[in-house]
Parts: sequence; structure tokens; C-alpha cells
Amino acid sequence: MSLLEFENVTLKFGGLTAVNDLSFEVEEGEVFAIVGPNGAGKSTVFNLISRFYDPYAGKIRYDGHDLLKAKPSGVAAYGVARTFQNIELFEHATVLQNLLVGRHRHRKSNMLSEVLFLPSARRQELENREKVEEIIDFLDLQAFRDKMISGLPYGVRKVVEVARALATDPKLLLLDEPASGLSVEETTDMRWWIDDIRRQMGITVLMVEHDMGLVSGVSDRVLAMADGAKLALGTPAEVQSHPAVVEAYLGKAS
Amino acid sequence: MRIVFKTNYMQDIRPWKDAYQLCLYLILLAVVAAAPWWLDDFYLGELTNVLIWAIAGLGLMILTGHTGQVSLGHAAFLAFGCYANVILLEAGVPFLIAFPLAGILTGLAGVTVAIPALRLHGIYLAIFTMALSILMDDVIVLAEPITGGVAGKYLGGVEIFGFLVDRWGTPVQFFWLVLGVAMLVTLGYINLLRAPLGRSFIAVRDSEVSAQAMGVDIARTKMISFALSCAVCGWAGALMGMYSGAFNNETFSVLISIQLLMMIVIGGLGSIHGAFLGAIVIGFLPQFLSISKEYVGAVFGGNTVAIPGLEFGIFGMILIAFILFEPMGLYGRWLKIRTWFELFPFYRKDMFKRQKSYLKTERLR
Repeated sequence: MSLLEFENVTLKFGGLTAVNDLSFEVEEGEVFAIVGPNGAGKSTVFNLISRFYDPYAGKIRYDGHDLLKAKPSGVAAYGVARTFQNIELFEHATVLQNLLVGRHRHRKSNMLSEVLFLPSARRQELENREKVEEIIDFLDLQAFRDKMISGLPYGVRKVVEVARALATDPKLLLLDEPASGLSVEETTDMRWWIDDIRRQMGITVLMVEHDMGLVSGVSDRVLAMADGAKLALGTPAEVQSHPAVVEAYLGKAS
Repeated sequence: MRIVFKTNYMQDIRPWKDAYQLCLYLILLAVVAAAPWWLDDFYLGELTNVLIWAIAGLGLMILTGHTGQVSLGHAAFLAFGCYANVILLEAGVPFLIAFPLAGILTGLAGVTVAIPALRLHGIYLAIFTMALSILMDDVIVLAEPITGGVAGKYLGGVEIFGFLVDRWGTPVQFFWLVLGVAMLVTLGYINLLRAPLGRSFIAVRDSEVSAQAMGVDIARTKMISFALSCAVCGWAGALMGMYSGAFNNETFSVLISIQLLMMIVIGGLGSIHGAFLGAIVIGFLPQFLSISKEYVGAVFGGNTVAIPGLEFGIFGMILIAFILFEPMGLYGRWLKIRTWFELFPFYRKDMFKRQKSYLKTERLR
């Protein structure tokens, strides 16, 4: 059984069909990339998984559950974490606080024990901190631990967002353009990290990315989209040479 | 610069950075607790007033400073807490039960209000809550059998463990009562901020979408924030009632709501210090103005006739000055000054740069 299944999903905004009869499956343990020109509906697919939008038709299944029954805040509980295209960090909090919010889905304490900071709340904080430290070590964020997000450079914010998503201890990680706006070195780092996330942590990665170098470097399978519909699905090489993909990007040879 | 060498996660979890900082706060607490010995009764009363305002400020800070929901209606909850406390006391409930209960009831009232308010954002929420504050005035008048209406109610002293605590009769005991409540609320607030719930408040304030993606239930978090905020304001209201002794529908007018919001903006949104610093400004400004008016009159001649609206005019000007020049409030200014000295000569002007709009949770809507 696949980890994530889209079955004939359609989403309309008024007269605009953002996602059109889209079906694909993401297998456990793979890196699955979605590519396509601007406005193809790639980020909309992510927002559908995050339950920000209700599809017009179709089914989304995750790990055997009907994802459409979950609330937007309930998706994280299934072990789905995500990053955003235009970084959505908690600006006026430190890196550490941001990552600790990522631990929120593992919260066991209640309001009273937190206001009194009972030993159980303290234990939970120590556990959360330990998990977060592992992520900090993994993504080399030690130097920024106590820094406010609002003072951090763009490249670091991008990494912090991945770190916050990893702090939720996910099974499926959605990366929305992880390399956009990054320098060549930072993109290379990101590439190895994505590789490590899959290999060492065993997390399935679904990503939207424009950088074909990164896509062909890390992903097992690629889905090409245009105008909300599937163009091609296969290995990076297959998709890149697919005539429909070439046409969508470069136009028809006249 | 003092650099704390961290070897243990508890150093980040406990509320104080190091022994030095803990000492400073303990000394401050000791000095304030000893106020009856170094202040006369008049200034002790003023200090009590400041502390009560600080408690109210802490209440609003939870909602506005940390959850990003602007409320212009918290005077309604001050009133609710005040009347709940007095009515319970009049029914013969002992103070030690009536007082906490007044806060809890106010918190429940807050939840009731929060349910429709949850759909509103930014300026709309401010207008909604302001309407609430105006409504409360009429509700108190209409519910005359319970609230005493325009004639108001009167509260003498209360008894705690056999000690009489009365604003006028035993101001020292009343001061300690207020200080105790302020301490407990502050400690609870500190604990909240280092626990998941407080962080989820900050998450909702800074980005609702990503808070949701992290598994934070936005509606529930806002509701809890409303409840806690109103409960704390309820306690502050109860103390305000005891402080003023007599009160009616006009005691907790919408102006009090505005003053409360101004207070935490001047103090610094999003910090516990801000509530206290703002309370000091709001609490001492009227006294400061009347004293300086006398000096101005004495030095330059002229009279000391009261100028109507002077107080609010100056409050307004101070607020405008803060929003223009120091949106982080007094506490933010203090942080900057401290950092300047700590890093001398390496302080950069853009070190505390932040986005212009503080409340930007409306994005993606």
C-alpha cells in the first residue's frame, strides 16, 4: 500500500480549475518530486494535503486513512510535516522556540500542569529539547539556537523551516521549493540533507522544486504537472525527456 | 558582556538565566515587598494601584501580546470580575474562595465571548470587543437587582485568616495581598511561556498557517488564550473594586479598555516586563502631571487650574510617540540600551529590526 494516494482529485476556485483529475501515489521511503511551470498547481497539491482546501472531487488517502476527514490541525498528528514556499516561521521567536513548536503534536501535558510547571511538564520539556537538539545537530544549526528568526538570513531560515518540520517527527515530509532563493552551496547542502533525511531517518519526502539539478539528484520519481493536470510520471530522466514536458516548458516546435 | 556557559538543558528551561539574574529579581521583590517601611500611605496606595494595573496588563498581554488578538473590551472583564467577587462576598462566600472563583467565572465569560470572536481578525476583533465594553455599561445598569445599577456597590474590607484586609483601614495588608496575586500571576505566566501552550500562542500570533501545519488547533488555542486572559483580568478587576471601594457602571468604562491596551503597547507587547513598565507609566503619570503642574505654576507664575483632558492628551501623545519611534515599547528600549552597553562598541542599529506590522496573522486570507 502506498503512503499517500491522490485519486482523481479536482479542485476549483470559482471558474479556475487549479487541480484537474489528478492521481498519483507516493511510496514509503522514496523521494517524490513534483515539477511544472508556475501556476501548475504544485503548491495547491501541498495545500490539499495540509487540508487548507477541500477538494471539489476525489479522494486523498494517507497510510490507509481518509485524509479528508482530518482537520487542518489534525494532519500533523498523522505524521505529515511541511515547509512553505514563502517561509512561514514564527518571526518573533527564537530558533529553539520555533523547533519546540514543532514538538507540539507530542504534547501530553495539560494547561494546569503547564501553568504550575509540574515535574511532568518539566520532563516533557527535557524530552522535547533532546529531540530538538538531535535535529539541530543534524542540520548544523547550533550557532543560531538562541537567535530571533527576524534577524536571520534567508538561507538559514530555509533550513530552520526544514528543521521545524523534522522536529514533528514525521513519516512524510512535504518540502515546498526547498532550494528556491538558495546559493549554489546551500542548494548542494540541501541536496545531501534531503538524501540523509530519507536514508538515515527513513522519512518519505514529497517535494515541489524548480531546480532540475536538485530534482534529478535526489528524487526517485518525478511528477510533471501543467495547468493542474498530470503530464508525466516516472524517473527524472524519463520525465525530462517526455515530449509533453518539453512542450509545457519550451513550447511547441513550429 | 556576561556570557552564560550552558552545560545543561535545565539552564534554558528554568526561568532565570543565571544566579546573578535570579539575585537581581529577588532583591527587586524584597525591596517592593518592604515598601510599607519606606513609603508613606499615599504612595503605598499608588504602588498598589500600579500593581493592580500590572495584573490587568498581564491579562491583556496573554491575548494581545502573545496570541496577537487585539482586544479593546477588557474593561468588560474587569467589571465582570469585580462584580462577581463582590456578589460572591455578599452571598457570604469567604474571600479565599470568592476571589479565585471570580477569576474562573470571568474566564468562562471570556470563552463565551471568544466563540463568536474567533472568526474575527485584527481591526474587526478590536471593534467587536470594543462594542462589548460599551455594552457592559448598559448591562450593569439593566441588571440593577444584581449589580446595584447606577447607584453601584460598596465593598468594605475582607477577612483572610482572621486578618482584616481593607484598602483604607489596613493598606499594608491590602498591598501584600495585591503583591501576592501579582507574583502568582507572573509565575504562572512565566511557566506558561516555557511550556507548549505558551509557545502555541506565539505560533498563532506569528503565523496561523504554519501553526496549523504543526498541529496547533487555532480556534482552541485562541479560546484558551481568551479564557486565561479574561480570568487574570477578572482577578485584576476584583482587586480594582476593592481598591476603589465603591464602583458603579461608569467605573469600568470603555476608556479603561483603551487605557489598558495603551498601557501594554507603551510597556512593550509580547513581554511580561512590558505589562509592569506600562503599569508604572499609566499609574504614576496622573500624579506626575499634577506635581509637575504645581512646579510649572510656581516657577513660571500662572495658575494651577485643572486643564480638562490634559491627562488623556498627554497619554495620547506618549502613545503616538511610542508607536512612531519605539514600537517595541519601554521594554524594547531597555533591551536596546542594555545590548548597547553589553556589546560596546559593536552595537548595530539594525540589530532589533523587525517587521513593521506586529500583528500579521491575517496573511493568506
